[in-house]
Amino acid sequence: MPELGRAALVAALGLILYAVVAGGYAALRGRRRLLDSAANALVAAFAAAGIASLVLFAALAARDFSFEYVARSTSRELPMGYTLAAFWSGQAGSLLLWLLVLTGSASAAIALNRGLVRDVLPWAVPILGAVAAFFAILLVFVASPFATQAAPADGAGMNPSLQNPYMMIHPPMLYLGYVGLTVPFAFAMAALASKRTDERWIVATRRWTLAAWTFLGFGILLGAKWAYEEVGWGGWYAWDPVENAALMPWLVATAFLHSVMVQEKKNMLRVWNVVLVAGAFGLSLFGTFLTRSGVINSIHSFTQGPIGLWFLGFIAVVVAASTALILARMSHLRSRTRLESLVSREAAFLYNNLFLVAFALTVLWGVVYPLVSEAVRGVAVTVGAPYYDFFAVVFGLPVVLLMGIGPLVAWRRASLRSLGASLLWPAGIALAAGSALLVWGAGSSPAGLVGYTFGAFVLAAIVLEFARGTRARKGLEKGGWLAAFTSLVARNRRRYGGYVVHASIVLLLIGAIGIGGFSTTREARLAPGESLAVGGYRVELLGADERRGANAQELRANLAVYRGDERVGTIAAGKNRYLAEEQTSNEVAIRTDWLRGEDLFVIGDRFFENGSVYLKVFVNPLVNLIWLAGFVFVAGALVAMWPDAREQRRLAGRLAIARA
Amino acid sequence: MEAVALILAALLTGALVLFVARPFLRDAETPDERLEDADPAAAERLALLEERDRALAALKELEFDHRTGKVSDDDYRELVGPLRREAAHALRALESKEAGKGEPVRTNVRS
Repeated sequence: MPELGRAALVAALGLILYAVVAGGYAALRGRRRLLDSAANALVAAFAAAGIASLVLFAALAARDFSFEYVARSTSRELPMGYTLAAFWSGQAGSLLLWLLVLTGSASAAIALNRGLVRDVLPWAVPILGAVAAFFAILLVFVASPFATQAAPADGAGMNPSLQNPYMMIHPPMLYLGYVGLTVPFAFAMAALASKRTDERWIVATRRWTLAAWTFLGFGILLGAKWAYEEVGWGGWYAWDPVENAALMPWLVATAFLHSVMVQEKKNMLRVWNVVLVAGAFGLSLFGTFLTRSGVINSIHSFTQGPIGLWFLGFIAVVVAASTALILARMSHLRSRTRLESLVSREAAFLYNNLFLVAFALTVLWGVVYPLVSEAVRGVAVTVGAPYYDFFAVVFGLPVVLLMGIGPLVAWRRASLRSLGASLLWPAGIALAAGSALLVWGAGSSPAGLVGYTFGAFVLAAIVLEFARGTRARKGLEKGGWLAAFTSLVARNRRRYGGYVVHASIVLLLIGAIGIGGFSTTREARLAPGESLAVGGYRVELLGADERRGANAQELRANLAVYRGDERVGTIAAGKNRYLAEEQTSNEVAIRTDWLRGEDLFVIGDRFFENGSVYLKVFVNPLVNLIWLAGFVFVAGALVAMWPDAREQRRLAGRLAIARA
Repeated sequence: MEAVALILAALLTGALVLFVARPFLRDAETPDERLEDADPAAAERLALLEERDRALAALKELEFDHRTGKVSDDDYRELVGPLRREAAHALRALESKEAGKGEPVRTNVRS
């Protein structure tokens, strides 16, 4: 069936090019039927990309090694789940996933916004089509997943690091995030092209932006969980360039989600918002480029290929075109509203934007500098964790502090006296928490202590906001406390969903500081019967054994775990030697104490002939709050993006009057 | 297998072409090519309505923040006046637009 796959991709490309040309002509000349036809072409391209995807899935499921892609990414012994996940583990498959998700998102965004932004859509269709065309061209001419060969007896298998359940969902999450950012970008540019720069493009794409941002954020955390378990160095985030590739657009999208509220409330930051949208999209393309071009020497960049220059060229076109369009429409974006006070909600959003964007640019420089250095000076350099850690503290801590201050400040302006009164309780609680932690010995990590104090401040501010809001609603409406609380959240889902997201960031902060600042580690060579004490645990080597797994030889050190004198469990750490791939991977042992939120984390580093094993043992306090933060983050995001019938009615009414 | 694939591809192409051509086939008799909302007056009205809604929402939020204690009495008194004037100005601008008095449309209605 490779012919069907190739035909579907060619059809998708033809349809997308038609959408670009017909949509562009329709927008310029005002042709309604041609525009509808161009929009239909994007839907048809989604169907064609869907058929191509089904063909690839079928080839993977049948382990049809006459497909070069299948032979390169899988083997006969690879479990079926990972075999199907090979769809996005390689370059061509992930490009196909981009195209599928993009054409699907574009079709849905156009269909759902016909009522709200009918006058913006004529330009949104060709812009969405132009982005899709880039990926379709790559798939047809540069990196086809349907290239064939004489089928070998077995495939080369999958990189062992990718054989992890989290890797089955982490890449699609990131792609949903990357691709999702195309929609707000396309609508923002379409609003500029059509000179309709009112707030409708923001309203139309708000949920798309939130959803893309949520997928990206959750995807980053899934990747961190994968790295924690699979890469096995005892940490959770290594500032790897490809990890950073997803972090940068997430940071810029975070800034946008805040600054867009200033535009909605005060009609300010209009230029800044389109710059942020274009920046987030450009960085999502850059992220795909980093992952898929092989330009970065990273544990994550699994593919090498000729598409790097294509990506760089496309990114350059996107940056140039968006910059030109923003400059050309500057007069439509200027606002006469000014910042009234440096002590106001909008000012807090502005500060948070500056820190977030500064951090994103710092990370970008850390990623790009080695490339520039190698290209210009011929010297390969590495930007290590200390660089990122320093700026994470410098820019991250003020952002955390602002998460607490921002919600307590009124829009427009607040007197210092009023602000002081609002901050009194959260600041008092934070200082009490910080002092208590200092007494308990948390002063060994000053940045960690400050982080925890700021975290306590944010949590106290959030609780205060919910409490005061519920009390005020109870005074306004009949019913009990629960009804008042429900009404409070329902009336401003974005605000209160946002507070839940802020709480998740605090959880993540607590977990990250826990593992980064307060973990304990020891390593030693143990003979059977010997033990190693670390962080309140004692680990005893019972013995080592080797067994045959589904597609690997599994070497394991069996360990008894004691807490005090009580034996609390048995774990096994070791290595897998993958047969088809001829590679070895660390398989760490993790014992989680859910009540403490901590992990006992063991790496079986070296195995010796006499049965002894060299072990690295970590006790990672509070690390599980990082994973819990992921769920709280998604819950908050869902509250924030839940459809608001009241707002829909208001918008519909406003449009009806305007068009009357 | 190849023949099946070719037939499927041909059928698929036909279906997709029909779907793309649907707007022309459906409206062949009475083609209406106008793209809606190209009217600049509608865009002006929309901008004014946005101003009105923004001002009213700001007033509502100020009231609630005052009630929760986030905004002190002094700050409330200082802020509420200008906000009420903004809302009134936005409403007046809309009314004059509706009445066709031709008051210049302002994107920012602060007084």
